[in-house]
Amino acid sequence: MSTMTNSVETRGLSRAFDGNTVLHDLDLDIREGEFVALLGHSGCGKSTLLRILAGLDDEIGGEVTVPARRSAAFQSPRLLPWLKVWRNVVLGLPGRPDRDLARKALAEVGIAERAGVWPKTLSGGQAQRVSLARALVREPELLLLDEPFGALDALTRGKVQQLVAELWERHGCAILLVTHDVEEALLLADRVLVMDEGRIAHELTVGLPRPRDLTAPEFVTLRARLLNWLGVTRTLEGTPS
Amino acid sequence: MTTKPLDPAVLPQQTAPRSSTAEAPPPARVTIRGTARTARRLTVPRSVRRTAGPVGLVLLWFLTSATGVLPESVLASPVDVVRQAVELTKSGELPDAIAASGRRAAVGFLIGASVALSLSLLAGLFRLGEDVIDSSMGMFRAIPWVGLIPLFIVWFGIEETPKIALVALGVTYPLYFNIYGGIRSTDSQLIEAARMMGLGRLGLIKYVILPSALPGALVGLRYALSTAWLALVFAEQINADAGLGYLMSNAQQYFRTDVIVLCLVVYALLGLACDFAVRILSRRLLTWRANFEGGA
Repeated sequence: MSTMTNSVETRGLSRAFDGNTVLHDLDLDIREGEFVALLGHSGCGKSTLLRILAGLDDEIGGEVTVPARRSAAFQSPRLLPWLKVWRNVVLGLPGRPDRDLARKALAEVGIAERAGVWPKTLSGGQAQRVSLARALVREPELLLLDEPFGALDALTRGKVQQLVAELWERHGCAILLVTHDVEEALLLADRVLVMDEGRIAHELTVGLPRPRDLTAPEFVTLRARLLNWLGVTRTLEGTPS
Repeated sequence: MTTKPLDPAVLPQQTAPRSSTAEAPPPARVTIRGTARTARRLTVPRSVRRTAGPVGLVLLWFLTSATGVLPESVLASPVDVVRQAVELTKSGELPDAIAASGRRAAVGFLIGASVALSLSLLAGLFRLGEDVIDSSMGMFRAIPWVGLIPLFIVWFGIEETPKIALVALGVTYPLYFNIYGGIRSTDSQLIEAARMMGLGRLGLIKYVILPSALPGALVGLRYALSTAWLALVFAEQINADAGLGYLMSNAQQYFRTDVIVLCLVVYALLGLACDFAVRILSRRLLTWRANFEGGA
């Protein structure tokens, strides 16, 4: 396996909804183990792209190659409320439900003690951790994250972002993170793509050492560049929504 | 309402114009008095208040019967009803009648529930099934099922079959529509997530679709059981030779209002018992939801 093997390759990928083209002739490569963040305004096609890579949408033009072992976490945790937390984690794995495996995966995201409860008793951050455990227990080669921190409060979000960074370093899978949040993208990703009207409009390689410092001048410069690409004036603090 | 003396520094101007005008300006500060202490007045517990109504009505029934205001030809006294219950139980007539009616209700319910379950699964899980079945069920539902009694007599005679068929029919609709609705209202996001986790079609049905249809199905079950007893009351008016309906129509011929009232009470109790059973069942099957709602 060479270091330049691609985990994801799309060639001439396009997708239209009722004649309204959402993805235009998209060529995208993600290397093995690479962390890519996908930024863009609502409706730019980033979630559509993620759903296609997840295999949830196959009414596409062009060609997509993805690893067979891939999993996803979404903005809402999407746990089945009628299965205990640990059963949710190992749902869909072949063989009998393996409680030890689930417990191990839950321990990795820091909530092993919640293995035996109903999902509805979890807080938002806990549920999102379970969702991550469920994705990672499958040992994916590609992990798709669709704004998994979007619904969390700022404090919880920081912790879960940190967790994702650690998990990525440990598991070494490729990650595609769809987000609105410029800082989140710069904190986590090797490469940031900015999508606009169904095309990759801009691309930025983040060469900063990890863990990254939000206040470092290089970070601030990159953030300004991304915000500019997204069409957000520089005087406006925060992130586009 | 008493207000505490105001700090003059807080309201320097408020006090100035008050002197002459008839209408006083609204107070700038109010005192909110706690009601927590006073709520402990002499109150009757809620459960007692709730039972007071029914008990009072029965008492009124007893008194009007005892004083002769309510003649026995209109409504027998509660004492006679209880006496009849004891006598008919001793003679074995009441247990036999309950057994006969119960059997009809059970067989009819099982048939109706099987039909409803099969149809709702076919319509809920397959596009073709939905197109063929759901529109037909919508059409049949517009027919009041009690109105089918004459047709059932023509088709099935006056034996057990039309009675069971009527119960089955009454059970089918509420179960079908609730299960079908439950299947159709499955959260598509959960389906996506489960597909992503590698569940196939059977796995999706087992782990996602059926569990999410369960709350609706249990509501349907409750309706279906109460409809089953209702259907039975209608059905047993057809030339019955056993069962509660038979007991009632016999009593009607002899103007025995005590037996009629007794049979109505038995119908009501059977209905209540079924309802109670479904509630227990719901509580056991939907623990994941009950936990969330605070164990209620």
